[in-house]
Amino acid sequence: MPQLDFDVITLGHGSGGLLTHRLLEAGVFKLFGNEYLDEQHDGALLDITGKVAFSTDSFVVSPIFFPGGNIGSLAVHGTVNDLAMCGAIPQYLSLGFILEEGLSMADFWEILVSIRHAADLSGVKIVTGDTKVVDKGKGDQVFINTTGIGSLHPSANIHTSRIQPGDKIIVSGEVATHGMAIVSVRQGLEFETDLLSDSTYLNFLVNKLLDKFGRDIHFLRDPTRGGVATNLNEIAKKSGLGIHLQQALIPVNEQVEGACEMLGLDPLYVANEGIFIAIVSPDVAEETVEVLRQDEKGKFAAIIGEVAATNPGQVVLSSRIGGRRVVGMLPGEQLPRIC
Amino acid sequence: MKYLTEYRNAGVVHEYLDELHRTTTRPWTIMEICGGQTHSLVKNGILDLLPKVITMVHGPGCPVCVTPLGIINEAIYLAENEGGILCSFGDMLRVPGSKKSLLEAKAKGADVRILYSPLEAVKLAQEHPERQVVFFAVGFETTAPANALSVVQAKLLGVKNYSILASHVLVPPAMEAILSDPENVIDAFLAAGHVCTIMGTEEYFPVVEKYQVPIVITGFEPVDLLQGILMAVRQLEKGEAKLENQYARVVQREGNLLAQQTIGKVFEVADRDWRGIGTIPMSGYEVNESYAEFDARRRFNLHLQAVAENKECIAGTIMKGLQKPFDCPNFGTKCTPEHPLGAPMVSSEGACAAYFHFARAAAT
Repeated sequence: MPQLDFDVITLGHGSGGLLTHRLLEAGVFKLFGNEYLDEQHDGALLDITGKVAFSTDSFVVSPIFFPGGNIGSLAVHGTVNDLAMCGAIPQYLSLGFILEEGLSMADFWEILVSIRHAADLSGVKIVTGDTKVVDKGKGDQVFINTTGIGSLHPSANIHTSRIQPGDKIIVSGEVATHGMAIVSVRQGLEFETDLLSDSTYLNFLVNKLLDKFGRDIHFLRDPTRGGVATNLNEIAKKSGLGIHLQQALIPVNEQVEGACEMLGLDPLYVANEGIFIAIVSPDVAEETVEVLRQDEKGKFAAIIGEVAATNPGQVVLSSRIGGRRVVGMLPGEQLPRIC
Repeated sequence: MKYLTEYRNAGVVHEYLDELHRTTTRPWTIMEICGGQTHSLVKNGILDLLPKVITMVHGPGCPVCVTPLGIINEAIYLAENEGGILCSFGDMLRVPGSKKSLLEAKAKGADVRILYSPLEAVKLAQEHPERQVVFFAVGFETTAPANALSVVQAKLLGVKNYSILASHVLVPPAMEAILSDPENVIDAFLAAGHVCTIMGTEEYFPVVEKYQVPIVITGFEPVDLLQGILMAVRQLEKGEAKLENQYARVVQREGNLLAQQTIGKVFEVADRDWRGIGTIPMSGYEVNESYAEFDARRRFNLHLQAVAENKECIAGTIMKGLQKPFDCPNFGTKCTPEHPLGAPMVSSEGACAAYFHFARAAAT
């Protein structure tokens, strides 16, 4: 960690003056240095040809450090994955901070290092950014926005209009792990577990699928907020088709399932950061799962259901014991129950 | 997961269903008391698999649903005034009060916190000695021991800024109220397994005797529920009325004595108003004299106001088993989880919420 005069962020660090300059020089520019950022211009000049995907996401997770990651790594994974879900190869990220006065400099540094690490691993460059500081009480330690650009994979054709009856629905890993890792350390809800968030970059895994199966990959989505259920509902509504799931096929880690039971949460509505949903042609479904399972990030991949013309706009789940029910959208936040 | 997967086994479920179809010769109406049981029945699609002549009626065992509007208004008042922190189980937040819900009060700046345990609230009170911390102590006999324990602990630790807003209700008096209603249609009950874990089984014998009604203490998983229903139907078919315990892996005859002692220390039995149902004599817990200083009603001089219910909500007749959520003209139209007219639409144990979230596939 560089010498930064103060051990906490002060309003001066967002003033644009000397303190801002020192923070950026010693912290940000040194850590993220690349040919675009080193220009220290008002924006980055990029060479991109052809079709690009463009995506933005803001990160406000609490607590900012959680088992398996922190808000910094999450901010990189989130936007990288959003680009990957468009069928793009993520290349450049912007990085915007809103810091709350009083944030510990050591925490800020740890977040910066995680961002660098996550950017390196996922193959993206931080090319432009911004830092603002707000009064104590006006924020929650640190908020991050990342925006990203990536070139479209030459074989990608990802769109809800390409989803067909008969297509198979695949999840690339166990559901609800990230959300429950966060819940396990939230104030007032702490419970003992060794759950780690599975937050990770998925772009190389998606690339592998696009390389191999190209246009047979009809749709991709990372089921972050609202979980698998809410995201599949959006897809059902947008495509005008029905989505039929088999509860027994949905992979859920045993500890996650136990924690959900205890807290009265449904894993299908819990947020994810380390998995994606792929809707693929039935001809390549089994093979897609095989390819996913060869990768550490996809080792729990499974076909969990299929698309049908029946129940248009709805997600219908066959329970383990053979009953059927509609899985709706999450109304507001999932709230823990009484008993 | 041990004790869960075995009770969700599709093969076993179908064996019980087959046996139930063989055993049932006449129409029977069975009430499951607890909202957790209602949700399990609906969520697993069990209602559609039962013999057509068996009608399951969803009982009043949803603490959120039966908490009177006046008490919810009191909680919102405490959250918005007195500069305090109002702590609650998550379920209560979306329930509409007369003007708004606790969730809306929170959005407008009231300090409302979701906790899992009242002991966390005592800790919070210690961390904020300058503020009043109130725990919204809602529930049946199940949550009463922990809520009572928080008060005992606060007294022991000398925490002066902690109190509870108690809204505790009891199962056996509610069963008696349903059975003595001239419109009663219930032939047998599945009693709530978790309540009996605390209170034991003894207090149900007099109900069985007096009303000659079969009561089966039942768990919450698919196999539990089907076993419970089968035990009830076998009694009904033979013309018997006994107390049976399906949930014996958890429920013991004497219950949890330590928990009962803790309840006895802090609470006394009193008449209680049930939202949608009315006043049932000796059907709730109030904080007793020796812990009066921890009673938010006395500390803040609250006087429970009788408040008019929304006339468009038929929660009362649903909880007495006289109507089903689908019978309500406002179900899914004027009344949804985002804009509820009554509590059963938003509580995780409410019958309307169960039908809204899970049962529409069957209806369409």
